[in-house]
Formats: sequence, C-alpha cells, structure tokens
Amino acid sequence: MKFTEEHEWLRVEGDVVVVGITAHAAEQLGDVVFVELPEEGTTVSKDDEVVVIESVKAASDILAPLDGEIVEVNSPLADEPSKVNDDPEGEAWFFKMKIEDLSALDDFMDEAAYKDFIG
Amino acid sequence: MDELKRTPLHDLHIELGAKMVPFAGYEMPVQYKLGVLKEHLHTRERAGLFDVSHMGQVILSGDSVERIALALESLVPVNIAGLAENRQRYGFFTNDAGGIEDDLMIANRGDHLFVVVNAACKTEDMALMRAGLEPKGVTPRLLGDRALLALQGPAAEDVLAGLNPAVREMRFMDVATVELVGADCWVSRSGYTGEDGFEISVPEDKAVDLARALLAHDDVEPIGLGARDSLRLEAGLCLYGHDIDTTTTPVEAALTWAIQKIRRSGGAREGGFPGAEKILAEFDTGASRARVGLRPEGRAPMREGVEIFAQEEGGTPIGRVTSGGFGPTTGTPVAMGYVAIDHAAPGTKLFGELRGKRLALEVAEMPFVTQTYKR
Repeated sequence: MKFTEEHEWLRVEGDVVVVGITAHAAEQLGDVVFVELPEEGTTVSKDDEVVVIESVKAASDILAPLDGEIVEVNSPLADEPSKVNDDPEGEAWFFKMKIEDLSALDDFMDEAAYKDFIG
Repeated sequence: MDELKRTPLHDLHIELGAKMVPFAGYEMPVQYKLGVLKEHLHTRERAGLFDVSHMGQVILSGDSVERIALALESLVPVNIAGLAENRQRYGFFTNDAGGIEDDLMIANRGDHLFVVVNAACKTEDMALMRAGLEPKGVTPRLLGDRALLALQGPAAEDVLAGLNPAVREMRFMDVATVELVGADCWVSRSGYTGEDGFEISVPEDKAVDLARALLAHDDVEPIGLGARDSLRLEAGLCLYGHDIDTTTTPVEAALTWAIQKIRRSGGAREGGFPGAEKILAEFDTGASRARVGLRPEGRAPMREGVEIFAQEEGGTPIGRVTSGGFGPTTGTPVAMGYVAIDHAAPGTKLFGELRGKRLALEVAEMPFVTQTYKR
C-alpha cells in the first residue's frame, strides 16, 4: 500500500489503483455524514477534486492522486457515509482508477514513511 | 495574538481526552472521545455536561431591582421590570439601527439582576452596559471567579437532584441558589440545546468538584462545542455573530416573541431602547427578509455562506444560509438562514448553491426537534 501527503491510501488491484483515505485522516475529519463520488468513466488529472466528503465539522475534497480514468466507484458509501469512520482502509474505498503506468506509484510514501509523515 | 484564556475546568478537559480549540479567546473543548455525533445523541437521550465558563457572567447592582430592571430596559427591548423574582428571560442588546449587539439571559435574583452574555461580546457588552447603566445608578460587574456549567438532556433533573433534590421543584426559566458540592450555586432551569436542563454558576474553586460529581453519574458524558452547535441548530436557536448580528433586526430574526407587548407600540413602557423607532415600525410594516429554517432535500449539508436562489438556474440570490450542518437527531442536513420575505413561508421550495450546483431545499418550521422544556 502507498500513501499520499493528502492522506490517501493507494492499493494496486490487478491493473487498477484503489483509493481511500487513511484511518488518521478519518479520525481527523470526525464523523462523516456525506460522500459525493465521481461518475464512472470520468477522465481525471492529478489533483482534480474527485470526491467531496463532509463530516460533522467541515467539507473536504479528495484529490486524484494521478492522471487516469475512474473505472469504478464505491456507490454504497453515499448511503452509508459512516463507513468511512468504521473501516477507512478497508470497506470504505472511494474509487478505482486506471493509470498509464503503475510504476508512478513508486514516488509515493510507503507505510513507514507515512507514519513518520503524520508524526 | 493574545494568549488564550483557560477555564477552571481546563485540566479536567485534558484528562477527559478533549480536543481543545481556540474559541472566543479561550482554549475550549470542541469534542471529547465520543466525537461530535455521539455526544450530540447522548445529550438528547440522557445527559450532557458542557463547560460554558467562557461566557460572561455579570451582576447588575443598584438601589433596588426595580431600578436596575428599568435601567436595563433602556438597552434591551424586553419586559425586565415585569420579570418576577427567581425568573429568567431571553433578551438582546439593540443598536440605533435596530440591529442586535448581543443576545443574553437575564435573571432576577431578588436584589440584583444576573445576566449571561456571549464570550466574544463580553468587552463590548461591558462597555455598553457601563455607558448605559452607570448614569442611571446601576453598576455592572463582570465576574472573574465563577465557572458556568450546563447540564442538558432528559436525565438532567435526576442527575442534579442526586446532588440536591431542591432542583426538582424548578420549572423552565426558574432560577435559584442551590447548594451543590458544598458551594452556593446559582442554578437556572434553562440551556441552549432544546432539551430540559440546567445552567449552573459555581465558584471557580468548586467547579472541578461539581463537574466530577456530575460526570460520576452513568448518564452523564462531557460534551464539546461541536455538539453544542449541532444541538442548538436543531433546536432552532440563534448563534450570535452568525444567525443574528449588528445588521439583523429582531423582526427579521424572527425574535419578536422576545419583545413583550408592554415594550411594543401602545404598551405601557413602549420603546425606550436603541433602534426602537425602526424596530417598532417593523412590527407593523414587516421586514423585507426573515430568518427561517431550511431543510436541504439531499444528504449534502449546506453550511454558513451558501447562497439561496428561487430558481434552479439564473437569477440573483434571495438569501443566504447563516448556520447549517448535519443534524444527528434528525439524521438529515438542517440549516437556518435569511430569505426575502416573499420566499419565507414554510414549504417554499428553494435552491442552495453548493460547489457550483443548485440543490433543492425547503423552508421549514423550527425547531427541527421537539423541545422538551419542563414548563
């Protein structure tokens, strides 16, 4: 698993990358009450705002970690946003994206580096 | 930046695992371990303990409570002279433009008035009261040696009665001096959550003892400012600086219920407060906008600043959200805001612009939850 400085986790599954937010991010956000997911088939560029999350405290965006195409979204999350708090690094993935070159993932932090990053 | 002030309960908050944030010049708990959502629900189901010691507790003294009350009526458009001993009432300071300088609670404690003002407005309120009341022989004194706790929720009476059964006799908006943990506490049966409950002014050296005694009860959890905000929003209560401010009149803010007939046109003590001409005229003519409840139809919360439109496309905003978020008890987004008066009727379909999209919302009756005051 790889991690971004935006507190996303990236997991390679076959030829796609699964994207979610870290347990640390979920805890900082507080109780999540709303999730808006992108359309499947959308082409996105790195740092595009692709997901909106609202917690009891505030709204925040999930950015596309890389250029690519959204091939699948976790639709049930929209009806059960609290899953983001219950299982952020498992069941509550947001979307799967297809990217040109999986080796681009090498530039992201591994778990040890992410742990250092969040202190 | 000035150093943040701490309340007498600061160390207890840390011990309880609070996340502390700056609020109105104080370091305050925004949430504890339960988190905002569960703290909110716990308060509605059992009882929550809030530290509201940042608020300003002020004693108004003078020759007689009648004289003090009449003096305060020159700043507040409320029937204070008619407030019975050991009773409390909601009010607000108005300005010459008819706007609201702050809202406050006013209690008649026999030979003096005890008022509680918002933390962020303390300095301005004291200046306003000194200027307005001292020439009338009334002295305002901001207390620095008392904490203020709120115990709110359906179990509040049983919990507090465990420390002193006398509180069971109190009704909504009663005030009394009650001995709790060996200290003379000034208790009112009121709060700002829409629930039955109490606010307790306690000498600062007994504040931790009292908080611990209340928290020792199984039904009580400490509750932070996050849940305090969602509780008061569901209850339809205004947050000063957001839902009411120096530019909103009491008529626009739908707070006319707080201005008793005796202070309105034709009343025995009509007017005599800042902005009276404008405010009393608005009672007859109506205001051009009104504070209303708003229910977004979808799941997306609409927060402060969201602009409201009458149409799904085009046009100019006819209003704005002043408080909004997710209501843990309603299980839906809830909001309040100002809309042009011809769009203010409950049931009116409007649109809030969120992230460039117009999403449906409906003007709704407030409160969003049933108030459970013990009348």
